[in-house]
Amino acid sequence: MTSKISAQNVQVFYGDNHAIKDVNVEIADHEVTAFIGPSGCGKSTFLRTINRMNDTIDICRVTGDIRIDGEDIYDPKVDPVQLRAKVGMVFQKPNPFPKSIYDNVAYGPKIHGLAQDKAALDEIVENALRKAALWNEAKDRLDAPGTGLSGGQQQRLCIARAIATAPEVLLMDEPCSALDPIATAQVEELIDELRQSFSVVIVTHSMQQAARVSQKTAFFHLGNLVEFDDTDKIFTNPEDPRTESYISGRIG
Amino acid sequence: MTRSLLNVDARTAKRNASEKRFRGYGLAAIFVAVLALIMLMTSILTAGLSAFQQTYITIDVALPEDQLDKSGVRDPAAMAKVTTIRYAKVLKQALLAQLEAEGITTTLSDKDVAKILSKEAAATVRSRVLANPDLIGTTIRIELLASGRIDGFYKGRVTMASAALDGNTSPEALQLVEQLAERGWVETKFNWAFLTAPDASDQRPEAAGLGVAILGSLYMMFVVLFLALPIGVAASVYLEEFAPKNRWTDIIEVNIANLAAVPSIVYGILGLAIFINFAQLNQSSPLVGGLVLTLMTLPTIIISTRAALKSVPPSIRDAALGVGASKMQSVFHHVLPLAAPGILTGTIIGLAQALGETAPLLLIGMVAFVREYPAAYTSDAGLFGEASTALPVQVFNWTQRADPAFVERASGAIITLLVFLLFMNAIAIYLRRRFERRW
Repeated sequence: MTSKISAQNVQVFYGDNHAIKDVNVEIADHEVTAFIGPSGCGKSTFLRTINRMNDTIDICRVTGDIRIDGEDIYDPKVDPVQLRAKVGMVFQKPNPFPKSIYDNVAYGPKIHGLAQDKAALDEIVENALRKAALWNEAKDRLDAPGTGLSGGQQQRLCIARAIATAPEVLLMDEPCSALDPIATAQVEELIDELRQSFSVVIVTHSMQQAARVSQKTAFFHLGNLVEFDDTDKIFTNPEDPRTESYISGRIG
Repeated sequence: MTRSLLNVDARTAKRNASEKRFRGYGLAAIFVAVLALIMLMTSILTAGLSAFQQTYITIDVALPEDQLDKSGVRDPAAMAKVTTIRYAKVLKQALLAQLEAEGITTTLSDKDVAKILSKEAAATVRSRVLANPDLIGTTIRIELLASGRIDGFYKGRVTMASAALDGNTSPEALQLVEQLAERGWVETKFNWAFLTAPDASDQRPEAAGLGVAILGSLYMMFVVLFLALPIGVAASVYLEEFAPKNRWTDIIEVNIANLAAVPSIVYGILGLAIFINFAQLNQSSPLVGGLVLTLMTLPTIIISTRAALKSVPPSIRDAALGVGASKMQSVFHHVLPLAAPGILTGTIIGLAQALGETAPLLLIGMVAFVREYPAAYTSDAGLFGEASTALPVQVFNWTQRADPAFVERASGAIITLLVFLLFMNAIAIYLRRRFERRW
């Protein structure tokens, strides 16, 4: 099976701090890949290299080779704006724009010129909200401010916003850490459905969540990718002793 | 044995006492502040509110042709040659005739009787006649300014006792005016002229108004708003969102903070050197005043704009970048609108600061005595290029005049200035409330 995202010898530095050390990983299409590991192990940092969100941090430097569909995304010819339309992102804290629900979802398609007219835009918004399982709750109040929704609804709105630009990869940085168990269950269910359309990469602190939603799991520790394998294998029969310690709760 | 919760131990008692003391200090501080405010307001209001009232004397003035237009052909050029001295004589005759008609007798000389009218009165009649030459030969009923002393008598500033010691008026003159008032010829009413009329010379405080000063201040505010807001916001957005964080931007940042603390008179010297001596712009013009105040206001606007931009949560920037907005789109679509209330508040406070600024304007010649309303644009002087004065400078100017009537004018001008400032601050508060959004 060919991989969607291929990372070779990736190193990330924050100033003098070597945050990611020589990571190699192959992420497949239509699969959910979970990154787990203790706080500060670099899993979020690595996630943010995939859509070059780290570019916004002045002191951050990335070396190595990250390819999406075989194209080097750190090539000088690549515009990060186009990259981020192709690689959507959902953040840890729900961060809807302080605008209406409709405008939140429509913003991405608008700036990328994905809709020719109002009707097409309406359709994109509806589809995105449906995929994010928010349509039924939001269809009667598309003009209401997105910030007025509950936490779980806000996060699903952010997912709708991310998928409205028709990305091919969806990055999720601890999307459920600010949510209660019911909202978490809804988002997890959603992630499983999103797998049909996208390659999903999710960073999570919860090992149960990684076990529930992902097909592949990567365990990071102190900036190293310790182990990367099928989720079942990682949780039942890890090869590295550090992985075993972590999933059994002895470290981290 | 356990300690009882019903007894307050020494430590807790001490802690409670110190908290009580602290609250006492706080209350005392507030009390002092409120007291100072009340004292300030009382002093200004008692001294200045009367400036908004003015005493007028109504007179029937006969306008004889043989004195005001000897040629009889109503030639404007010839009529304009008749000076206010001639009109003053006509007025004196009219006033004496009126006293006689009302049966009022006085021991005053004719010259002293004429002194109950303002020196401005002759000019008022003259300009009325020049504007409408057909009035000559008729008798017009006209409301004329009473002199400053008479006006002061109706405002309580001049009393019979003080008039007895005064070279410019006398108890007899006051009694004369009282008799006129009994017959309904004297009226004290709201003084619109104070807000519209230009400044007047030392001898006629009753005619002095803020028209030119308000216009000049307004022009300067336009200049400041249209220069300082765009430049300030552009500079802040660049520094906050786009500039690399290195030693140079640090130096710029420190210097902007320092500029905000530079005494305003220094900006006046700078303006004199650069805008007037070097760039040869017109002295005393609102354009130069506005440019100087722009320089002075910029640091305030930049600092408050940067604070407003900083307070926009980074998650909004992440969200915008995350859906593929460019840096500029994320700033202009999301960050700036969220920062707008803060930016507007800062700008209005900066403008209010500029409105009340005096020192730099003194140095660029805005302290001049200006009686002509400055035009916003003339082909000679350019945009905002005509000589003008400004509200705070007018206050400064009037406090230096000898006649006590100017004290009242100066306080009245301060009240006007304060009303403008309160109005601007109210707008700032309204905008902040109106556009403040939560996330």
